[in-house]
Parts: sequence; structure tokens; C-alpha cells
Amino acid sequence: MNIGWYLTVSAIIFCIGAGGVLVRRNPLVILLCLELMLNAANLALVAFARMWGNEDGQVFALIVMVVAACEVTVGLGLVVAIYRRRLPIDVDELNELQG
Amino acid sequence: MSAVLFFIAAIGAITGAFGVVLLRNPFYSVLALAFHLVSLAALFLLLRAEFVAAAQVIVYAGAVMVLYVFVVAYVGGGEQLTTRGALRVLGPLFALALAIELCIAMLGAGLKGVNSRGAAYVPGFGTPGSIGKLFLTKFLFPFEVASILLLVAAVGAVVLARRRRGLEPDEQLEVRLDAPRPAWTGTMAEAGGLRLPIPEQPPTTDAEPVGSATASDGAPSPGSEHEGGW
Repeated sequence: MNIGWYLTVSAIIFCIGAGGVLVRRNPLVILLCLELMLNAANLALVAFARMWGNEDGQVFALIVMVVAACEVTVGLGLVVAIYRRRLPIDVDELNELQG
Repeated sequence: MSAVLFFIAAIGAITGAFGVVLLRNPFYSVLALAFHLVSLAALFLLLRAEFVAAAQVIVYAGAVMVLYVFVVAYVGGGEQLTTRGALRVLGPLFALALAIELCIAMLGAGLKGVNSRGAAYVPGFGTPGSIGKLFLTKFLFPFEVASILLLVAAVGAVVLARRRRGLEPDEQLEVRLDAPRPAWTGTMAEAGGLRLPIPEQPPTTDAEPVGSATASDGAPSPGSEHEGGW
């Protein structure tokens, strides 16, 4: 398969994730959609690494996975903290920090 | 053969992605994401990224998804939560416009590399050995930074998610402190000589709990350590 096909799949997955971040209100699902976007970027990175025959892109993808794992850890910690404070699990209601 | 596998994996990945966004119950969203990740690992394998595919399955579909499942089971929340108002319409429109734009940009660019099957395959491309060699030579600094980042995230998650004193009333605290416990059963407070053994008698309601007597003067009392207070 041509590299362009992989990039197309990557673009579609990225856009599904972006739409999900905009549409959903549950922070857990928003974290999942962020994962989708990061994974789409990973797919593009690995596809470009294949295109160039160079493994640097795969190393980059692994680093992105590390960053995604950190993001998930902190995000889920925040969700648990929100739940413990009996606040609504809803990003539209959690607007205390707005100016 | 690789075309068939590509289409199966790509359709699986896109279906899983749609499932994450569209399913109402967060638990099903997590399962859809696990399916999506496994399909994506198949795509990585087709791109000769064996180590990345293995890491994807083990780290993501294994560890991170287990974390998600635990948090979803803890928090619960199968309620329907989609945005109200304009964003409900504008969000999918924006995503569609972005998808069309990206596809036009990539497929219409006519770049030679994008329309090729990629560079010639060299044996050993993408194996753990070559990735590890890159990590320990060319990308040593990002590797170390990634490990520090993981440590910071782990500590941060513990600090964020632990139980803090004063945020919510703890109805169970008195019960736990007053629990009839035989003397010198080996709690850490007793070992340090900080906590007197509780006499073996059923607790009365007006009895001052031993742990909260020292907690009132501000210092964190050893008796309430399991509370994790500040």
C-alpha cells in the first residue's frame, strides 16, 4: 500500500478525535479522544519513518506514547479528584478557573 | 495480501475511533478504544514497525486501558453527556472540514514519497535491537527526559488523586478510629510510642478517639495516617 493511504487513515482518525473532543462533555471520553488524536499522529510518524526508511520516526512515536501515558495518568488523577469532591463529571460545568 | 490486511486494519481502526466518540457509556468507549489500538498495532506491523506495534499493544491496550477501566468503574457515569447548543452541530462540521482539508493536502500534493510504497526494506528495520540502539546513542537525552517525565507524572497523579483532609466529610473516620482493637496489635503508631493502646471495650459515642486528640493541634497525627491528610 502507498504511504498516502496510511496518512489518509491517520487524518481521518485525527479528525474523529478532534470532533469527539468538541462534542463530548465527559472528561473521561475527552481523554479517550485525545488518545485517538495522539495515535493518529503516531500512525503518521510511523508511516513517514517507513517512507524514508529511517527509524527516527518510530523513536518519535515511542516518545509520543510515553507523553500520552503521562497525560492519561494526570488526567485520570484529575478525574478521580473531581469525583472525590462530588463535583459534576462534566467539563461544561467545571468552569471555576475562567476569568 | 498486504492491501487486504491494510483495509481490514484501517476499517477496524476507524470503526473503533467512531465507537469511542459515539458510544454513550464511557465503559464501551474504553473498549472501543482498545479495539482501535489493536487495529492500529496491525497497521504499525504493516509499516514494519514491530517494536512500536508491540509497545502499542502492551503499554496502551494493556496498561493504559486497564487504568481507564478502573477509573471508569470507580467514577461510573453512564449518563448521556453531549454538548448543548452550537457546538453540537459545529463540532462535527469542523471535524469533517478538517478531514477533507487534510486529505486534499496530502493526496493532492503529488509528492513522490507519499505516492510510493516507501523506502526499500532493510532487514532489521524497526526491530527492538535497532530501536534500542537509537535510544541509547542518538536519542539518549530524549530517552532520559521521558523517564523523568514518567516519574513526574506518576508522582503528580498520586498527589492529585489522593484523599485530602477537609475536602469532604469523612463519615467513616470516627468508626475506623474507634474500632475495638486489641492492645499492641502492631500498628506503627504503637511501635513509635505515639499512640496508647485502646482498651478492649466497646467504644462509646462520647469517647474521645485517640487519633483525633493529637490531630487537633495541627500536627498530622500518626493515628490518622491512612487518611493521607495534609
